[in-house]
Amino acid sequence: MIAEVGHYALVLALALALIQSLVPLYGARTRDASLMAVAAPTALAQFGFVALSFAMLVSCYVASDFSVRNVFENSHSAMPLIYKFTSTWGNHEGSMLLWVLILALFGALVAAFGNNLPRSLKATVLSVQAWIAAAFYLFILVTSNPFLRFAPAPLEGRDLNPVLQDLGLAIHPPLLYIGYVGFSISFSFAIAALIEGRIDAAWARWMRPWMLVAWMCLTLGIAMGSYWAYYELGWGGWWFWDPVENASLMPWLVGTALLHSAVVMEKREALKVWTILLSILTFSLSLIGTFLVRSGVLTSVHAFASDPLRGIFILTILVLFIGGGLALFALRAPMLRQGGLFAPISREGALVFNNLFLTTACATVFVGTLYPLALEALTGDKISVGAPFFNATFGPLFAALLVAVPFGPLLAWKRGDLGAVAQRLSGAFVVAVVGLAATFVLEGRPLLAPLGIGLALFVIAGAVTDIVERTGLLRTPLSTVARRAGGLPRSAWGTAFAHLGLGITLLGIVGETQWGAERIVSLKPGEKITIRSYDLTFDRTVNRTGPNYTELAATFTVRRHGEVIGVMEPSKRAFAARGTATTESALMARGASQLYLSLGDVNPDGSAAIRLYYKPLVLLIWLGCVVMFIGGAFSLSDRRLRVGAPKPARVRTAMAPAE
Amino acid sequence: MTRKQRRLAMIAAGMGVLGVAVLLVLFAMKDSIVFFNSPTDVAERHIAPGARIRLGGLVSPGSVVRGDSLSIRFEVTDGNRAIPVTYQGILPDLFREGQGIVAEGALDGAGVFKADNVLAKHDETYMPKEVADALKKQGHWKDASQK
Repeated sequence: MIAEVGHYALVLALALALIQSLVPLYGARTRDASLMAVAAPTALAQFGFVALSFAMLVSCYVASDFSVRNVFENSHSAMPLIYKFTSTWGNHEGSMLLWVLILALFGALVAAFGNNLPRSLKATVLSVQAWIAAAFYLFILVTSNPFLRFAPAPLEGRDLNPVLQDLGLAIHPPLLYIGYVGFSISFSFAIAALIEGRIDAAWARWMRPWMLVAWMCLTLGIAMGSYWAYYELGWGGWWFWDPVENASLMPWLVGTALLHSAVVMEKREALKVWTILLSILTFSLSLIGTFLVRSGVLTSVHAFASDPLRGIFILTILVLFIGGGLALFALRAPMLRQGGLFAPISREGALVFNNLFLTTACATVFVGTLYPLALEALTGDKISVGAPFFNATFGPLFAALLVAVPFGPLLAWKRGDLGAVAQRLSGAFVVAVVGLAATFVLEGRPLLAPLGIGLALFVIAGAVTDIVERTGLLRTPLSTVARRAGGLPRSAWGTAFAHLGLGITLLGIVGETQWGAERIVSLKPGEKITIRSYDLTFDRTVNRTGPNYTELAATFTVRRHGEVIGVMEPSKRAFAARGTATTESALMARGASQLYLSLGDVNPDGSAAIRLYYKPLVLLIWLGCVVMFIGGAFSLSDRRLRVGAPKPARVRTAMAPAE
Repeated sequence: MTRKQRRLAMIAAGMGVLGVAVLLVLFAMKDSIVFFNSPTDVAERHIAPGARIRLGGLVSPGSVVRGDSLSIRFEVTDGNRAIPVTYQGILPDLFREGQGIVAEGALDGAGVFKADNVLAKHDETYMPKEVADALKKQGHWKDASQK
């Protein structure tokens, strides 16, 4: 009964989406207020039905109802409750249901809080949103129905892929999907603007909060996925340039570009056409990401199963929305009025520079990700494009962008003075050069590491300089500084934090890739291994039993300069239901660095193969992403962006301190 | 500068960056792309020793020999030909005789494939796609997903 309710609710949501995709749009074209008013209640009801449908699937999972095929294939009655819950989306069908749940949620939020939007824009946006929703409901109902039953019901399920039996599954997919799907709102806004043929600074302001939420969650979702792969796969790698990772990186890169170009549009009414194009591209890349991951054209943990019908269906959705969006763009964009002028050296110029490099860097990732697929389709040759390709293409482009990051926020709008900005950044230059020199003297490795450290410090010091300059720290009395800091727009803090986070992440990347140490050895109990200043002694192995697995754990005592600082216990788990095993690595944080130990085969004579890594500064990689997220949150709380907030009554204090 | 000149300058800058990117991509393509080969391909295409390739197939049953200090030797087959592979290090959890794997590395002068990376399937139901295709080509494919 429960599964049928879920199935039926999804059909009702599709019916509502079909109404929502036509009626309000027609109302907006004919200026009929009552037809436009249909949009908000249908969007809310649609969300209600999808949420009901999702809740029903969750309850099938929690109750371990194995008469539902999807539950049988991906769950096990002995799993802990949390994994029963999360395995709802640990499979193709359920994850698509989560996808549409978030899509409907965003639609409902626009319906509920978009009261400051002009009526016709809101109606059109919600209609476009419903087109996407309808396409994906249809996809689920036709090709990926999670509610199908089969008889006779088996007594036990086939268990969830053990790699996914982790807390990461509770966090990574929802965050990533909020990011992917959140950009559907900027897509809908762009399409609505093209249909209406009108676009102005206010449009960018209305779109900004949605875009920011999507960007923040995508940032955190990617970081979480990276950390999960790092500790779960037992290789100590945090980024593999795997096509599936690239699929999430591409919308992030273009989405970041969009975030910056929308600022120009909002402040200066320039780059309108470009911003529209980026909005379409960002969501297109999200769709391409969904296609790559869900169609089975790639082999990865994320490709749960492949069914040609699904691939063709998603490809059709892809062609319709991307092709349709771009065709509409080509048709209508020339009609949009051009905005403000600016000199090449200006804040706008810097943001254009940012956009240029981000989109180009994204294009190189795109080529590296899709070239193997294209080549196989055309010639049948199978190739793999790995890290060396991306390091050689994405690396230099992104490095050039990073050099420019500190300059942007310090340049004036319209016409800037590069010399004056360079002077204000002199402190940051000094920090960077000292860092570079110190690294060179201390480590003396190939020039890449000191250069990387110098660049990271430059970005970090540049972000700090931005705030110091704005508040007049070191030049004015502290009370004035405090007042100015309080008066700074939150978005200025947002910029500084986001750039700071970028620098921190870079610092972690340089530390981990340039100075990491690795030992792969076979040890007998009682033997010792040394890495950097740490000594690990292999004490013994222990057998244990978990709820749905058996575990062989090895205990290591960690000493530094003879003093015991802790115990590490990596293990191997065997899952009987699927006949598979996972490696559970042991991590020990030392400041921002980590010791990483994972267990290989254990031989009958008691000796165990182990991988031991020392990962300097590795935690900074993810910490930086969290700081970027905080920057986004600051920006989101800026008063001009608060959804539904009335127009500011008083004139805001000037952005730059009066000097 | 007039509006038109500015726009031209912007387009020129964009093209410049794009041009640099294209050059980077072309250079990287030349050096860092690895072709996938089945054991039959290796024999038929006369892959030069030292060229980096990916070799995929099934681990021949009974061929796995473990040596000292984590060294291992096994054969990879597609049912038609078999290539000996050596590797030093820890193998993935799902490495077993009769399982599909992909090894990355190069042939040495004696026709032994020295792998520096071995990838196995992510779980028991899915075969690496390249391996599945290679096996299909040799007519040895059983639908693994129906196991």
